[in-house]
Amino acid sequence: MDRRSFLRIAGASVGIGVLYEFAPFLNRSSQADEITAFFKKANGEAPANFTFAQFSDPHVGFQGPPDPLGTKAFESAVALLNKAPRQPDFVLFTGDLTHDADNRDMHAQRMQLFKKIAGGLRTRVIHTVPGENDAALDGGVLYREHFGETHYSFDHKGVHFVALDNVSQGRPEVGAQQLAWLKADIARFPKTAPIIVFTHRPLFDLKPEWEWFTRDGDVVMNTLAPYENVTVLYGHIHRHDVHQSGNVMHYAARSLIFAFNDPATNENKKQLPFDSNDPFKDLGIRLVTSKDAEDKTAALGVKDVVLTKAEFAGLSGMQQMMKHSNSPGMSSSGDSD
Amino acid sequence: MQKSIRIKTFALASGALGILLATAVPPLSAADNSNAVPNSMQTIQIHAKRYQFEPSIVTLKRGETVKLLLTSEDRTHGFMVKPLGIDTDIEPGKTTEITIRPGKAGTYTTICDHYCGLGHNGMKMKIVVEETAAKSSAANVVSASNTVSK
Repeated sequence: MDRRSFLRIAGASVGIGVLYEFAPFLNRSSQADEITAFFKKANGEAPANFTFAQFSDPHVGFQGPPDPLGTKAFESAVALLNKAPRQPDFVLFTGDLTHDADNRDMHAQRMQLFKKIAGGLRTRVIHTVPGENDAALDGGVLYREHFGETHYSFDHKGVHFVALDNVSQGRPEVGAQQLAWLKADIARFPKTAPIIVFTHRPLFDLKPEWEWFTRDGDVVMNTLAPYENVTVLYGHIHRHDVHQSGNVMHYAARSLIFAFNDPATNENKKQLPFDSNDPFKDLGIRLVTSKDAEDKTAALGVKDVVLTKAEFAGLSGMQQMMKHSNSPGMSSSGDSD
Repeated sequence: MQKSIRIKTFALASGALGILLATAVPPLSAADNSNAVPNSMQTIQIHAKRYQFEPSIVTLKRGETVKLLLTSEDRTHGFMVKPLGIDTDIEPGKTTEITIRPGKAGTYTTICDHYCGLGHNGMKMKIVVEETAAKSSAANVVSASNTVSK
């Protein structure tokens, strides 16, 4: 299968999060037939075009410098996606759903608030992985109570999705047990099967001194290497980034709370300041849409998305939104990613 | 001539208890004599706690072997400085020993990479490696052995 046919990414100026559109089988081929037959046999679901969205790092519970907006960006993203004429099949959340808290009860409240906001999505299906704020301190105990397993997989319309946990061991690490699970999980699929891995931290050494890496990320990538159509979606770094390693494209999503500075040009990691004239500055969506099957000029079309003041001002019930920021379980203290 | 087994002893205070422990470390082979740990090797204690390392700056000499003794006061912390080949956990109640001989001068940021709480991201220190007249080594780290004792 032509790899370019698997994932088409383009962007549009709208808002927060990332919307992906897949056309798994644009060209009929023997490989496509093989995968079609495999997925039909495995779960009765035939490959078909579909869309999904990626939201990341809402850090529910964080409020204060550099971002006084609390959950406003997250709520804006939900409202924005709800307006889309074509709803995605599901939404992936790539970690740091909540901001860490000083005590268990407060953290549980933040998880409940996350679920309440996410529950406002017209798209009813969401899939999540934890970030270190959600699961690193207690090994994922509280996260599992609210969201289920930290690593798992599922199939959807001809694509195999793998949720990887590289936070709940405390270290930036997947760990031997999960690596063994991953190997056994994807061994069920032909080498041409489309696979999307979603996780929190980068699986390569993006900036280790900023803790933007996974200790055994190279082992993960070696496990995935035999598979021809793998894409990794992740969060954690609060900025857009695209990286290729071998056959695999890694896409980082912007956050729903604040951005970090550029690792290529800065020694120290810093949160970018809040701009009251541009409240959602550096927060944006990358929309991923299919390109014409005949277009051979580029593998992917990506357009950065900027959330404008119109989206910020267009929310109804502004006072109710701001009330969320003063809800129990919200704090203005503490560090963050 | 190197002894076949080198025994290192540590005195570790644990609360009201004084514990004297010995741990055996693997013998160096004859081929490793050029990297032999000198008896007068510098030892540096580094203490980790939420959310800082003490001291916050350590200065080493390029080409000189140093032993770092890492301890934690409260919970498991990480100690990671990739350019020096170091990435280990520091568990409370134990001493983690790292022997290094940096081969390249520079300033290296060391971070805690075992999530330890809200202040985790600010927990870092610097290892400064100063230039010396010693012969340059191709490798940045001759050895970064890691032993843990209780």
